[in-house]
Amino acid sequence: MKSKHLIGLETTPKDDISEFIDTGFLFREILERPIKRVPSLTGKNIVNLFFENSTRTKISFELAEKRLSADITNFSSSSSSVKKGESLKDTIQNIHAMKIDCVVMRHPVPGSAIQLTNYVDSVIVNAGDGTHEHPTQALLDMMSLKEHFGNIKGLKIGIVGDILHSRVALSNIFGLVKLGAKVKVCGPPHLIQKGIEELNVGVEYNVDNLIEWADAINILRIQRERMGVGIIPSVREYRRFFGITTERMKNHKKEIVVMHPGPINRGVEIDSSIADSNQAIILNQVLNGVAVRMSVLYLLLGNNDLK
Amino acid sequence: MILNNKINKIKDYVLIKNGNIYDPFININDISDILIKNNKIIKVEKNIKSNSSYLIIDASNKIVTNGFVDLHAHFREPGYEYKENLKSGSKSAFFGGFTRVCCMPNTKPVLDSPEMINFINNKSKDLPVYIYPIGSITKNQDGKEMSEIGEMVNAGIVAISDDGIPVKNSQILRMALEYSKKFNIPVINHAEDGFLVNDGIINEGKTSLKLGLPGNPSISESTMVFRDLSIAEYVSGKIHIPHISTAKSIEIVKLFKDKGVDLTCEITPHHLCLTDEILLDYNTNSKVAPPIRSKEEQKVLLNAVKSGLIDCIATDHAPHSIDEKETDICNAACGMIGMETAFSLVFSTLKKEKMSINSIIDLFSLNPSKIIGISPNPIKQDNEPEINIIDLDKQWVLSENHIQSKSLNTPLIGKKLTGKIEYTLNKGFISKHID
Amino acid sequence: MKKNLLLNTEKIDSIIKRLACEIIENNISLEKTCLIGIKSRGDLIAKRICEKIFEINGYEIEFGHIDVTFYRDDFLSNLGSHKIGPSRVNVDISKYNVILVDDVLFTGRTIKAALDEIFSFGRPLSVQLAVLVDRGNRQLPIKANYIGKNIPSSKTDQVHVYVKNYDGKDEVCIVECEK
Repeated sequence: MKSKHLIGLETTPKDDISEFIDTGFLFREILERPIKRVPSLTGKNIVNLFFENSTRTKISFELAEKRLSADITNFSSSSSSVKKGESLKDTIQNIHAMKIDCVVMRHPVPGSAIQLTNYVDSVIVNAGDGTHEHPTQALLDMMSLKEHFGNIKGLKIGIVGDILHSRVALSNIFGLVKLGAKVKVCGPPHLIQKGIEELNVGVEYNVDNLIEWADAINILRIQRERMGVGIIPSVREYRRFFGITTERMKNHKKEIVVMHPGPINRGVEIDSSIADSNQAIILNQVLNGVAVRMSVLYLLLGNNDLK
Repeated sequence: MILNNKINKIKDYVLIKNGNIYDPFININDISDILIKNNKIIKVEKNIKSNSSYLIIDASNKIVTNGFVDLHAHFREPGYEYKENLKSGSKSAFFGGFTRVCCMPNTKPVLDSPEMINFINNKSKDLPVYIYPIGSITKNQDGKEMSEIGEMVNAGIVAISDDGIPVKNSQILRMALEYSKKFNIPVINHAEDGFLVNDGIINEGKTSLKLGLPGNPSISESTMVFRDLSIAEYVSGKIHIPHISTAKSIEIVKLFKDKGVDLTCEITPHHLCLTDEILLDYNTNSKVAPPIRSKEEQKVLLNAVKSGLIDCIATDHAPHSIDEKETDICNAACGMIGMETAFSLVFSTLKKEKMSINSIIDLFSLNPSKIIGISPNPIKQDNEPEINIIDLDKQWVLSENHIQSKSLNTPLIGKKLTGKIEYTLNKGFISKHID
Repeated sequence: MKKNLLLNTEKIDSIIKRLACEIIENNISLEKTCLIGIKSRGDLIAKRICEKIFEINGYEIEFGHIDVTFYRDDFLSNLGSHKIGPSRVNVDISKYNVILVDDVLFTGRTIKAALDEIFSFGRPLSVQLAVLVDRGNRQLPIKANYIGKNIPSSKTDQVHVYVKNYDGKDEVCIVECEK
């Protein structure tokens, strides 16, 4: 393990990404046991800093930490206090003082996780920094793909939705491309970064073409607050052109794997019948999320190569 | 007289020996000695006899040239003296070889009245550099009503600008360009379309893509440059474009220069010499507006400086306190300091581009001086010395010790630079700058 | 360094046969007994004991294996020493007498970790311990029920166990290290 922190998959070596995923499967087995706890991180202090609302990621990290027997402190703060810009520096100083082994941070500003590493000795795990990266989400997505397909190399993966504002998309792109998958992004053209091809991904504006091409598609949550404020004209228009609807999937003969990072807007980016069908591995993703986060914390907090 | 890192009064005799004198204002380019007595040049000749009572500066293999002119600086006084004041800013300028500095009006209160201009004038009388205030285009930089431009010209302003706030209302800009013709001063408009900026933090491109930061596209600048120049052409106004940063803007500048529009433009050392990759570590000290552009754009900018399409260098020296910079990248203030490093950074870069030293120096003295039409002070008998002595071979690494500004917001600390201003003389002051 | 061969294939075979006999003798209801090998090598020895039990009385005893890395108390200093493998326990452990199987019994810490891990699968009826080699030097109050061979050793000695289907040969040797 070369990594000291997990900031993003762009900067994480390929071998480390594989190790995070493979060790994730070991923890996945532990999660199937009657007692889903190992004592590995006994005595380690982990603080969860959430400067942005999050339910799923926070619960998933908390479960992972508890199941590794770590001591946890939670700190949540609203995005509005971040807007004043004071939080990060104060936080840095507080963490210094508290002698924390590991910080799991979600922050609305891109780069805040890497900035934290400049000031703090603790292991930093990025739980989402603005529109930059959400590496553990991408790791759990890739773990779920590996679970289903056995391998990631050569897989054709489509990512559908608001690519521009999605840290999930960016982390998935970096990770999947590194592990040898082919990636295409699909969404309204103005919600895809100009020049995204430079990251070695394809761009497709027609979601039906994408479905025909892909082995699996990862459907991003469409933020309702972006609807009808001139960015996405309306729900029905989005559904018509990019929604993974029952009718659309019926028209395609092939059965592809459907993923979603959650929480799902049923009837917007995906229909319930698809989200609840056998082709969806959304609930596996949730379980793998805990496992892969255990793996990340375990490997980073016990990283010998750096000591 | 001990000169190291201190600004001293020039007393008695100073003899500058064997310097390669370059003064583009009077077309001198020759090795010669300069003898100064009681802050007056009394002789510019070869082989002036020295005397043990003289302060002798050996300028062999060094360039002796005029003081530099900066068209774009923020000395933050009044209102933000915790970042910088006229005194600290002047010291910073003096150590960077700048003897004349234009101060932007984005102070608190804004420099939008003759009273404010007089305040600056009074405060800067005894400073080692000449301060040329720039007045605001509109009252309080609000973009609504024109300031008392004429009264401010009488009080001494050399240009008008709303500084970092682009004049959105095209009609206001038209009026300002027309009205200022009477006073023959340039209008300087920060060219950035706020809608296209769209909260962009850094240049939109591969770097912003990787960093997941909202991008500020090059067109946010170039579309407004086109608007501004179209208006200037239409009303035959005099316009100056600050901190030009994109290839597309250069294309437009060429178009309008070819048409004969009374147009000049400046570039900052950081836009010319750095690329957006400097932000790969999210260093807030590299956050500036407009953002530092990509390598590809930088190539075009370098060529535009070489071909003369870009007229001069201006620092956009923008001091900010640690608190304003030591925060996350979205909340950090825009701007970096640049006085002490401007010449060395530009020289290090343009030397590699095979640009002649004389043309590089022109970017700092002759060209900006012409843009605001101030009368020069050449290196000749009977003039007060306003002189830089430059060691072009000097290799040095920027440290905090070199910085005289109150603020330290520069990403260049630790960077190796070539060429250094060793001495500056101006307004009766002299300093040997720190090594 | 001095290397002494202690057990060869023949001897190991006979030890495994003896361990199998002892286990049969001590566990009247073999259908309620399962062997859990501790990775790595303990699992292979457990498998061979199972095969031997089948040879002797025709009963296919339940068998699984665990990797105790996540349960070790010295995980910070020991992580990365070998590739962590999966654990596999297919039975409802609360209905079984568990026999843990390991290659070498030394400080007892691995067994302690294994005991902790076994309980994450449920509450076994009882737990016993079988080892191929007991080399002494315990740091915890742990004792084996079935011992293949006692090898007195000093703390600094190294005891190496090689197993055919993992290392290509059956062999136990002791390497005396000078201080």
